[in-house]
Amino acid sequence: MNETSTAVTPSSRIGLIVFWAYVLIPLAWGVINTLRQALKLFV
Amino acid sequence: MTSMSEPAHAGPPTFFSKQATVARPGFTRWMVPPAALAVHLCIGQAYAFSVFNGPLTKVIGITQSAPEDWSLTTLGWIFSLAIVFLGLSAAFAGKWLEHVGPRRTMFTAACCFGGGFLVSALGVWLHQIVLLYLGYGVIGGIGLGLGYVSPVSTLIRWFPDRRGMATGMAIMGFGGGAMIAAPLSVALMNHFKSATSVGVAETFIVLGIAYFISMSIGALAIRVPPADWKPAGWTPPDTSHKLITRNHVHIDEALKTPQFYLIWLVLFLNVTAGIGILGQASVMIQESFKNTVTPAAAAGFVGLLSLFNMGGRFVWASASDWVGRKNTYFIFFALGAVLYYLVPSFATTGNIALFVLAYCVILSMYGGGFSTVPAYLADMFGTAFVGGIHGRLLTAWAAAGVAGPVLVNYIRAYEVAHGVAKADAYTMTVHIMAALLVVGFICNLLVSRVNEKHHMSELQLANEQ
Repeated sequence: MNETSTAVTPSSRIGLIVFWAYVLIPLAWGVINTLRQALKLFV
Repeated sequence: MTSMSEPAHAGPPTFFSKQATVARPGFTRWMVPPAALAVHLCIGQAYAFSVFNGPLTKVIGITQSAPEDWSLTTLGWIFSLAIVFLGLSAAFAGKWLEHVGPRRTMFTAACCFGGGFLVSALGVWLHQIVLLYLGYGVIGGIGLGLGYVSPVSTLIRWFPDRRGMATGMAIMGFGGGAMIAAPLSVALMNHFKSATSVGVAETFIVLGIAYFISMSIGALAIRVPPADWKPAGWTPPDTSHKLITRNHVHIDEALKTPQFYLIWLVLFLNVTAGIGILGQASVMIQESFKNTVTPAAAAGFVGLLSLFNMGGRFVWASASDWVGRKNTYFIFFALGAVLYYLVPSFATTGNIALFVLAYCVILSMYGGGFSTVPAYLADMFGTAFVGGIHGRLLTAWAAAGVAGPVLVNYIRAYEVAHGVAKADAYTMTVHIMAALLVVGFICNLLVSRVNEKHHMSELQLANEQ
Protein backbone atom coordinates (compact mmCIF):
# COMPACT_ATOMS: atom_id res chain seq x y z
CA MET A 1 0.00 0.00 0.00
CA ASN A 2 1.35 3.40 -0.83
CA GLU A 3 0.07 6.95 -0.76
CA THR A 4 -1.34 6.83 -4.31
CA SER A 5 -3.96 4.34 -3.14
CA THR A 6 -5.05 6.73 -0.39
CA ALA A 7 -5.87 9.64 -2.69
CA VAL A 8 -7.34 12.71 -0.98
CA THR A 9 -11.02 13.28 -1.74
CA PRO A 10 -12.49 16.84 -1.91
CA SER A 11 -14.38 16.36 1.36
CA SER A 12 -11.31 15.12 3.15
CA ARG A 13 -9.39 18.09 1.72
CA ILE A 14 -11.86 20.46 3.40
CA GLY A 15 -11.57 18.47 6.61
CA LEU A 16 -7.81 18.73 6.34
CA ILE A 17 -7.93 22.52 5.98
CA VAL A 18 -10.37 22.86 8.89
CA PHE A 19 -8.27 20.61 11.10
CA TRP A 20 -5.06 22.50 10.34
CA ALA A 21 -6.84 25.81 11.01
CA TYR A 22 -8.12 24.40 14.31
CA VAL A 23 -4.57 23.97 15.59
CA LEU A 24 -2.78 26.78 13.78
CA ILE A 25 -5.13 29.64 14.68
CA PRO A 26 -4.61 29.29 18.46
CA LEU A 27 -0.89 28.79 17.87
CA ALA A 28 -0.71 31.93 15.73
CA TRP A 29 -2.60 33.84 18.45
CA GLY A 30 -0.05 32.69 21.03
CA VAL A 31 2.89 33.53 18.78
CA ILE A 32 1.55 37.04 18.06
CA ASN A 33 1.02 37.66 21.79
CA THR A 34 4.56 36.53 22.53
CA LEU A 35 5.95 38.57 19.64
CA ARG A 36 4.25 41.66 21.06
CA GLN A 37 5.90 40.95 24.38
CA ALA A 38 9.25 40.33 22.68
CA LEU A 39 9.11 43.68 20.88
CA LYS A 40 9.34 45.41 24.26
CA LEU A 41 13.01 44.47 24.19
CA PHE A 42 13.58 46.85 21.30
CA VAL A 43 11.54 49.87 22.44
CA MET B 1 11.61 -11.64 24.49
CA THR B 2 8.09 -11.65 25.80
CA SER B 3 5.35 -10.97 23.33
CA MET B 4 2.72 -8.47 24.41
CA SER B 5 0.60 -8.84 21.31
CA GLU B 6 -3.01 -9.88 21.32
CA PRO B 7 -3.66 -13.08 19.39
CA ALA B 8 -5.17 -12.59 15.96
CA HIS B 9 -8.45 -14.22 17.07
CA ALA B 10 -8.92 -11.86 20.01
CA GLY B 11 -12.24 -10.62 18.60
CA PRO B 12 -13.34 -7.58 16.65
CA PRO B 13 -11.29 -4.46 17.28
CA THR B 14 -12.84 -1.94 19.64
CA PHE B 15 -12.92 1.77 18.83
CA PHE B 16 -9.82 2.45 20.90
CA SER B 17 -7.83 -0.58 19.76
CA LYS B 18 -4.73 -0.27 17.64
CA GLN B 19 -6.38 -2.21 14.79
CA ALA B 20 -9.28 0.26 14.66
CA THR B 21 -6.88 3.14 14.07
CA VAL B 22 -5.28 1.67 10.95
CA ALA B 23 -5.86 4.20 8.14
CA ARG B 24 -8.33 3.34 5.42
CA PRO B 25 -8.00 4.27 1.73
CA GLY B 26 -8.67 7.98 1.25
CA PHE B 27 -6.85 8.98 4.42
CA THR B 28 -4.05 11.50 3.96
CA ARG B 29 -1.07 11.44 6.27
CA TRP B 30 -1.28 15.23 6.56
CA MET B 31 -4.20 14.70 8.98
CA VAL B 32 -1.76 13.24 11.50
CA PRO B 33 0.37 16.36 12.28
CA PRO B 34 -2.65 18.45 13.40
CA ALA B 35 -3.86 15.48 15.48
CA ALA B 36 -0.46 15.42 17.17
CA LEU B 37 -0.48 19.21 17.51
CA ALA B 38 -3.94 19.12 19.11
CA VAL B 39 -2.35 17.12 21.93
CA HIS B 40 1.03 18.85 22.15
CA LEU B 41 -0.45 22.36 22.13
CA CYS B 42 -2.47 21.33 25.21
CA ILE B 43 0.25 19.61 27.22
CA GLY B 44 2.66 22.46 26.39
CA GLN B 45 0.58 24.35 28.95
CA ALA B 46 2.94 22.86 31.54
CA TYR B 47 5.55 25.54 30.78
CA ALA B 48 2.98 28.22 31.65
CA PHE B 49 1.97 26.81 35.02
CA SER B 50 3.89 29.57 36.80
CA VAL B 51 1.11 32.07 35.92
CA PHE B 52 -0.96 30.37 38.65
CA ASN B 53 1.71 30.67 41.33
CA GLY B 54 0.94 34.26 42.32
CA PRO B 55 -2.86 33.81 42.60
CA LEU B 56 -2.42 30.44 44.36
CA THR B 57 -0.52 32.22 47.16
CA LYS B 58 -3.65 34.34 47.78
CA VAL B 59 -6.46 31.77 47.71
CA ILE B 60 -7.54 32.63 51.27
CA GLY B 61 -6.33 36.23 51.55
CA ILE B 62 -7.61 37.08 48.02
CA THR B 63 -5.95 40.52 47.81
CA GLN B 64 -2.78 39.52 49.64
CA SER B 65 -1.32 36.34 51.10
CA ALA B 66 -2.83 35.28 54.44
CA PRO B 67 -0.73 33.27 56.95
CA GLU B 68 -2.70 30.11 56.04
CA ASP B 69 -2.05 30.61 52.32
CA TRP B 70 0.37 28.37 50.42
CA SER B 71 3.95 29.58 49.93
CA LEU B 72 5.74 29.64 46.58
CA THR B 73 8.03 26.87 47.83
CA THR B 74 5.02 24.66 48.57
CA LEU B 75 3.53 25.44 45.16
CA GLY B 76 6.82 24.82 43.34
CA TRP B 77 6.41 21.10 43.97
CA ILE B 78 3.33 20.94 41.74
CA PHE B 79 5.34 21.64 38.57
CA SER B 80 8.30 19.55 39.74
CA LEU B 81 6.01 16.57 40.35
CA ALA B 82 4.40 17.00 36.95
CA ILE B 83 7.79 16.88 35.21
CA VAL B 84 8.91 13.87 37.29
CA PHE B 85 5.71 11.98 36.41
CA LEU B 86 6.05 13.04 32.78
CA GLY B 87 9.43 11.30 32.72
CA LEU B 88 8.27 8.28 34.72
CA SER B 89 5.11 7.66 32.71
CA ALA B 90 6.92 8.10 29.39
CA ALA B 91 9.62 5.68 30.56
CA PHE B 92 7.45 3.00 32.15
CA ALA B 93 4.42 3.13 29.83
CA GLY B 94 6.58 2.65 26.74
CA LYS B 95 5.66 -0.99 26.16
CA TRP B 96 2.01 -0.38 26.90
CA LEU B 97 1.67 2.51 24.47
CA GLU B 98 3.32 0.52 21.68
CA HIS B 99 0.92 -2.34 22.45
CA VAL B 100 -2.39 -0.46 22.61
CA GLY B 101 -1.64 2.12 19.92
CA PRO B 102 -1.87 5.89 19.82
CA ARG B 103 -5.62 6.42 20.12
CA ARG B 104 -6.04 4.74 23.48
CA THR B 105 -2.80 6.31 24.73
CA MET B 106 -3.78 9.81 23.63
CA PHE B 107 -7.28 9.45 25.04
CA THR B 108 -5.81 8.24 28.35
CA ALA B 109 -3.52 11.28 28.24
CA ALA B 110 -6.58 13.52 27.68
CA CYS B 111 -8.37 11.94 30.67
CA CYS B 112 -5.31 12.31 32.89
CA PHE B 113 -4.39 15.85 31.85
CA GLY B 114 -7.97 17.17 31.85
CA GLY B 115 -8.84 15.17 34.98
CA GLY B 116 -5.72 16.44 36.71
CA PHE B 117 -6.99 20.00 36.32
CA LEU B 118 -10.38 19.03 37.78
CA VAL B 119 -8.79 17.33 40.82
CA SER B 120 -6.60 20.42 41.24
CA ALA B 121 -9.68 22.67 41.09
CA LEU B 122 -11.13 20.62 43.94
CA GLY B 123 -7.84 21.07 45.76
CA VAL B 124 -8.04 24.85 45.42
CA TRP B 125 -11.72 24.79 46.45
CA LEU B 126 -10.97 22.73 49.59
CA HIS B 127 -7.56 24.37 50.03
CA GLN B 128 -5.83 20.99 50.13
CA ILE B 129 -2.37 21.14 48.56
CA VAL B 130 -2.22 17.33 48.44
CA LEU B 131 -5.01 17.38 45.86
CA LEU B 132 -2.97 19.76 43.67
CA TYR B 133 0.07 17.50 43.98
CA LEU B 134 -2.10 14.50 43.10
CA GLY B 135 -4.14 16.30 40.43
CA TYR B 136 -1.76 18.40 38.34
CA GLY B 137 1.45 16.80 39.63
CA VAL B 138 0.80 13.07 39.47
CA ILE B 139 -2.30 12.54 37.29
CA GLY B 140 -1.59 15.52 35.03
CA GLY B 141 2.09 14.54 34.84
CA ILE B 142 1.13 11.07 33.60
CA GLY B 143 -1.04 12.77 30.97
CA LEU B 144 1.95 14.87 29.95
CA GLY B 145 4.19 11.85 29.48
CA LEU B 146 1.69 9.75 27.53
CA GLY B 147 0.57 12.72 25.44
CA TYR B 148 4.14 13.70 24.60
CA VAL B 149 5.44 10.38 23.31
CA SER B 150 2.55 8.71 21.52
CA PRO B 151 1.82 11.22 18.70
CA VAL B 152 5.53 11.57 17.97
CA SER B 153 6.09 7.87 17.32
CA THR B 154 2.96 7.78 15.13
CA LEU B 155 4.24 10.69 13.05
CA ILE B 156 7.58 8.98 12.55
CA ARG B 157 5.77 6.00 11.00
CA TRP B 158 3.77 8.23 8.64
CA PHE B 159 6.76 10.28 7.51
CA PRO B 160 9.66 7.87 6.97
CA ASP B 161 10.88 10.27 4.28
CA ARG B 162 10.80 13.36 6.57
CA ARG B 163 11.00 12.09 10.12
CA GLY B 164 12.64 15.22 11.46
CA MET B 165 10.09 17.59 9.98
CA ALA B 166 7.22 15.45 11.29
CA THR B 167 8.51 15.23 14.85
CA GLY B 168 9.47 18.90 14.67
CA MET B 169 5.87 19.87 13.94
CA ALA B 170 4.51 18.04 16.98
CA ILE B 171 7.21 19.03 19.43
CA MET B 172 6.99 22.63 18.19
CA GLY B 173 3.44 22.43 19.54
CA PHE B 174 4.78 21.58 22.98
CA GLY B 175 6.92 24.73 22.82
CA GLY B 176 4.00 26.81 21.58
CA GLY B 177 1.43 25.50 24.05
CA ALA B 178 2.61 27.81 26.80
CA MET B 179 2.22 30.81 24.50
CA ILE B 180 -1.49 30.02 24.25
CA ALA B 181 -1.96 28.90 27.85
CA ALA B 182 -0.30 31.85 29.60
CA PRO B 183 -2.46 34.70 28.22
CA LEU B 184 -5.56 32.46 28.18
CA SER B 185 -5.11 31.52 31.85
CA VAL B 186 -4.56 35.14 32.88
CA ALA B 187 -7.68 36.21 30.95
CA LEU B 188 -9.76 33.44 32.55
CA MET B 189 -8.53 34.24 36.06
CA ASN B 190 -9.38 37.91 35.53
CA HIS B 191 -12.82 36.89 34.29
CA PHE B 192 -13.58 34.66 37.28
CA LYS B 193 -11.91 36.85 39.91
CA SER B 194 -14.31 38.11 42.58
CA ALA B 195 -14.33 39.39 46.15
CA THR B 196 -14.31 35.78 47.39
CA SER B 197 -12.18 34.03 44.77
CA VAL B 198 -8.89 34.54 42.92
CA GLY B 199 -10.48 32.66 40.00
CA VAL B 200 -7.98 29.79 39.87
CA ALA B 201 -10.40 26.92 40.66
CA GLU B 202 -12.83 28.11 37.98
CA THR B 203 -9.98 28.54 35.49
CA PHE B 204 -8.75 25.01 36.24
CA ILE B 205 -12.23 23.64 35.51
CA VAL B 206 -12.49 25.48 32.19
CA LEU B 207 -8.97 24.50 31.15
CA GLY B 208 -9.48 20.89 32.23
CA ILE B 209 -12.60 20.53 30.10
CA ALA B 210 -11.11 22.43 27.14
CA TYR B 211 -7.89 20.39 27.17
CA PHE B 212 -9.81 17.13 27.52
CA ILE B 213 -11.94 18.00 24.47
CA SER B 214 -9.02 19.22 22.36
CA MET B 215 -6.82 16.25 23.20
CA SER B 216 -9.71 13.84 22.58
CA ILE B 217 -10.18 15.36 19.12
CA GLY B 218 -6.53 14.59 18.46
CA ALA B 219 -7.03 11.04 19.75
CA LEU B 220 -10.08 10.51 17.53
CA ALA B 221 -8.32 11.85 14.42
CA ILE B 222 -5.09 9.89 14.85
CA ARG B 223 -4.43 6.96 12.52
CA VAL B 224 -1.58 4.52 12.13
CA PRO B 225 -0.37 3.48 8.68
CA PRO B 226 -0.96 -0.07 7.43
CA ALA B 227 2.02 -2.34 8.01
CA ASP B 228 3.29 -2.22 4.43
CA TRP B 229 2.56 1.46 3.82
CA LYS B 230 5.12 3.86 2.40
CA PRO B 231 4.82 7.28 0.79
CA ALA B 232 4.13 7.25 -2.94
CA GLY B 233 7.31 7.17 -4.99
CA TRP B 234 9.54 6.86 -1.94
CA THR B 235 12.14 4.16 -1.69
CA PRO B 236 14.02 3.59 1.53
CA PRO B 237 17.54 5.00 1.19
CA ASP B 238 20.56 2.76 0.87
CA THR B 239 21.59 2.22 4.45
CA SER B 240 24.79 0.26 3.99
CA HIS B 241 27.07 3.18 4.90
CA LYS B 242 24.75 5.26 7.06
CA LEU B 243 23.43 5.25 10.62
CA ILE B 244 19.88 4.76 9.38
CA THR B 245 18.65 1.19 9.80
CA ARG B 246 15.81 -0.67 8.08
CA ASN B 247 15.71 -3.10 11.00
CA HIS B 248 14.02 -2.79 14.35
CA VAL B 249 15.35 -3.09 17.88
CA HIS B 250 13.05 -4.15 20.73
CA ILE B 251 12.49 -1.62 23.48
CA ASP B 252 14.24 -3.83 26.08
CA GLU B 253 17.08 -4.67 23.74
CA ALA B 254 17.69 -0.98 23.01
CA LEU B 255 18.70 -0.51 26.62
CA LYS B 256 21.49 -3.03 26.12
CA THR B 257 23.15 -0.95 23.41
CA PRO B 258 25.79 1.73 24.05
CA GLN B 259 24.02 3.89 21.46
CA PHE B 260 21.01 4.37 23.75
CA TYR B 261 23.18 5.72 26.57
CA LEU B 262 25.24 7.90 24.24
CA ILE B 263 22.08 9.48 22.82
CA TRP B 264 20.75 9.79 26.39
CA LEU B 265 23.89 11.81 27.22
CA VAL B 266 23.55 13.81 24.00
CA LEU B 267 20.01 14.85 24.99
CA PHE B 268 20.92 15.37 28.65
CA LEU B 269 23.87 17.65 27.87
CA ASN B 270 22.00 19.63 25.21
CA VAL B 271 19.03 20.18 27.51
CA THR B 272 21.19 20.97 30.57
CA ALA B 273 22.98 23.68 28.62
CA GLY B 274 19.72 25.37 27.69
CA ILE B 275 17.26 24.79 30.51
CA GLY B 276 19.19 26.59 33.22
CA ILE B 277 19.55 29.69 31.09
CA LEU B 278 15.86 29.63 30.15
CA GLY B 279 14.84 29.87 33.80
CA GLN B 280 17.27 32.71 34.55
CA ALA B 281 16.98 34.69 31.30
CA SER B 282 15.16 37.69 32.73
CA VAL B 283 17.49 38.18 35.71
CA MET B 284 20.56 37.41 33.61
CA ILE B 285 20.04 40.08 30.98
CA GLN B 286 19.17 42.69 33.61
CA GLU B 287 22.30 41.92 35.63
CA SER B 288 24.51 41.72 32.56
CA PHE B 289 23.30 45.12 31.27
CA LYS B 290 22.57 46.95 34.50
CA ASN B 291 20.65 50.24 34.09
CA THR B 292 20.21 49.50 30.38
CA VAL B 293 17.65 46.67 30.27
CA THR B 294 14.37 47.33 32.11
CA PRO B 295 12.21 44.53 33.59
CA ALA B 296 9.74 45.04 30.70
CA ALA B 297 12.53 44.67 28.15
CA ALA B 298 13.79 41.60 30.02
CA ALA B 299 10.31 40.09 29.73
CA GLY B 300 10.58 40.81 26.01
CA PHE B 301 13.88 38.90 25.98
CA VAL B 302 12.17 35.91 27.62
CA GLY B 303 9.40 36.08 25.01
CA LEU B 304 11.95 36.17 22.21
CA LEU B 305 13.73 33.14 23.64
CA SER B 306 10.39 31.28 23.80
CA LEU B 307 9.80 32.02 20.12
CA PHE B 308 13.25 30.76 19.14
CA ASN B 309 12.82 27.73 21.41
CA MET B 310 9.59 26.91 19.57
CA GLY B 311 10.79 27.78 16.06
CA GLY B 312 14.01 25.84 16.56
CA ARG B 313 12.01 22.71 17.23
CA PHE B 314 10.62 22.78 13.72
CA VAL B 315 13.52 24.33 11.81
CA TRP B 316 16.36 22.24 13.21
CA ALA B 317 14.42 18.96 13.12
CA SER B 318 13.41 19.64 9.52
CA ALA B 319 17.01 20.53 8.64
CA SER B 320 18.13 17.23 10.15
CA ASP B 321 16.30 15.43 7.32
CA TRP B 322 18.86 16.97 4.96
CA VAL B 323 22.05 17.19 7.00
CA GLY B 324 21.52 14.05 9.12
CA ARG B 325 20.74 13.71 12.84
CA LYS B 326 24.33 13.21 13.93
CA ASN B 327 25.51 16.26 11.99
CA THR B 328 22.66 18.33 13.42
CA TYR B 329 23.83 17.55 16.96
CA PHE B 330 27.41 18.31 15.92
CA ILE B 331 26.15 21.77 14.94
CA PHE B 332 24.28 22.15 18.25
CA PHE B 333 27.33 21.25 20.31
CA ALA B 334 30.00 23.08 18.28
CA LEU B 335 28.04 26.27 17.63
CA GLY B 336 26.56 26.21 21.15
CA ALA B 337 29.99 25.90 22.78
CA VAL B 338 31.40 28.76 20.69
CA LEU B 339 28.42 31.02 21.44
CA TYR B 340 28.49 30.24 25.18
CA TYR B 341 32.22 31.03 25.20
CA LEU B 342 31.64 34.37 23.45
CA VAL B 343 28.56 35.54 25.37
CA PRO B 344 30.44 37.06 28.36
CA SER B 345 32.50 39.20 25.98
CA PHE B 346 29.26 40.50 24.39
CA ALA B 347 28.10 41.48 27.86
CA THR B 348 31.33 43.19 28.90
CA THR B 349 31.49 45.19 25.65
CA GLY B 350 27.84 46.21 26.10
CA ASN B 351 26.76 44.63 22.81
CA ILE B 352 23.13 43.76 23.58
CA ALA B 353 22.27 42.84 20.00
CA LEU B 354 24.93 40.12 19.80
CA PHE B 355 24.11 38.97 23.35
CA VAL B 356 20.44 38.55 22.45
CA LEU B 357 21.21 36.95 19.09
CA ALA B 358 23.60 34.44 20.69
CA TYR B 359 21.03 33.35 23.25
CA CYS B 360 18.29 33.14 20.62
CA VAL B 361 20.44 30.75 18.56
CA ILE B 362 21.34 28.75 21.69
CA LEU B 363 17.67 28.41 22.67
CA SER B 364 16.69 27.42 19.14
CA MET B 365 19.20 24.57 19.43
CA TYR B 366 17.83 23.66 22.86
CA GLY B 367 14.39 23.24 21.28
CA GLY B 368 15.91 21.53 18.26
CA GLY B 369 17.51 18.95 20.54
CA PHE B 370 14.09 17.81 21.78
CA SER B 371 12.55 17.52 18.34
CA THR B 372 15.49 15.90 16.53
CA VAL B 373 16.03 13.12 19.06
CA PRO B 374 12.95 10.98 18.19
CA ALA B 375 14.08 10.91 14.55
CA TYR B 376 17.63 10.09 15.69
CA LEU B 377 16.22 7.14 17.66
CA ALA B 378 14.11 5.98 14.72
CA ASP B 379 17.22 6.07 12.51
CA MET B 380 19.22 4.03 15.01
CA PHE B 381 16.64 1.58 16.40
CA GLY B 382 13.94 1.44 13.71
CA THR B 383 10.35 2.57 14.08
CA ALA B 384 8.65 -0.48 15.66
CA PHE B 385 9.35 0.57 19.27
CA VAL B 386 10.52 4.13 18.84
CA GLY B 387 7.74 5.51 21.07
CA GLY B 388 8.75 3.35 24.00
CA ILE B 389 12.47 3.95 23.46
CA HIS B 390 11.82 7.69 23.20
CA GLY B 391 9.84 7.53 26.42
CA ARG B 392 12.76 5.95 28.25
CA LEU B 393 15.16 8.49 26.80
CA LEU B 394 13.05 11.31 28.24
CA THR B 395 14.48 10.48 31.67
CA ALA B 396 17.41 12.54 30.34
CA TRP B 397 15.06 15.53 30.22
CA ALA B 398 13.98 14.99 33.82
CA ALA B 399 17.62 14.68 34.92
CA ALA B 400 18.60 17.80 32.98
CA GLY B 401 15.64 19.61 34.52
CA VAL B 402 17.37 19.20 37.87
CA ALA B 403 21.00 19.57 36.74
CA GLY B 404 20.59 22.67 34.54
CA PRO B 405 19.00 25.06 37.03
CA VAL B 406 21.19 23.73 39.87
CA LEU B 407 24.34 24.42 37.84
CA VAL B 408 23.27 27.94 36.89
CA ASN B 409 21.86 28.96 40.27
CA TYR B 410 24.49 27.44 42.54
CA ILE B 411 27.51 28.51 40.52
CA ARG B 412 26.15 32.04 40.31
CA ALA B 413 25.44 32.09 44.05
CA TYR B 414 28.96 30.77 44.76
CA GLU B 415 30.53 33.44 42.54
CA VAL B 416 28.51 36.28 44.10
CA ALA B 417 29.31 34.99 47.61
CA HIS B 418 33.02 35.15 46.74
CA GLY B 419 32.91 38.78 45.72
CA VAL B 420 32.35 38.48 41.97
CA ALA B 421 30.19 41.31 40.57
CA LYS B 422 26.67 40.16 39.63
CA ALA B 423 27.24 41.26 36.04
CA ASP B 424 30.27 38.95 35.80
CA ALA B 425 28.82 36.08 37.82
CA TYR B 426 27.51 34.26 34.76
CA THR B 427 30.90 34.01 33.04
CA MET B 428 31.95 30.86 34.89
CA THR B 429 28.47 29.36 34.40
CA VAL B 430 28.38 29.82 30.65
CA HIS B 431 31.93 28.55 30.30
CA ILE B 432 30.87 25.38 32.15
CA MET B 433 27.91 25.13 29.76
CA ALA B 434 30.37 25.40 26.86
CA ALA B 435 32.44 22.60 28.40
CA LEU B 436 29.33 20.42 28.77
CA LEU B 437 28.59 20.94 25.10
CA VAL B 438 32.11 19.83 24.20
CA VAL B 439 31.46 16.60 26.16
CA GLY B 440 28.17 16.28 24.25
CA PHE B 441 30.10 16.65 20.98
CA ILE B 442 32.34 13.74 21.98
CA CYS B 443 29.35 11.56 22.98
CA ASN B 444 27.71 12.28 19.64
CA LEU B 445 30.97 11.44 17.87
CA LEU B 446 30.96 8.01 19.52
CA VAL B 447 27.46 7.12 18.22
CA SER B 448 27.75 4.38 15.62
CA ARG B 449 25.46 1.81 13.97
CA VAL B 450 23.65 -0.55 16.30
CA ASN B 451 25.18 -4.02 16.21
CA GLU B 452 23.11 -6.45 14.13
CA LYS B 453 22.83 -8.87 17.06
CA HIS B 454 20.30 -6.44 18.61
CA HIS B 455 18.02 -6.45 15.55
CA MET B 456 14.70 -8.30 15.71
CA SER B 457 14.03 -11.18 13.39
CA GLU B 458 11.00 -11.10 11.06
CA LEU B 459 9.28 -13.65 13.30
CA GLN B 460 9.90 -11.67 16.48
CA LEU B 461 8.60 -8.53 14.79
CA ALA B 462 5.46 -10.30 13.56
CA ASN B 463 4.80 -11.64 17.05
CA GLU B 464 5.15 -8.22 18.60
CA GLN B 465 2.88 -6.57 16.06
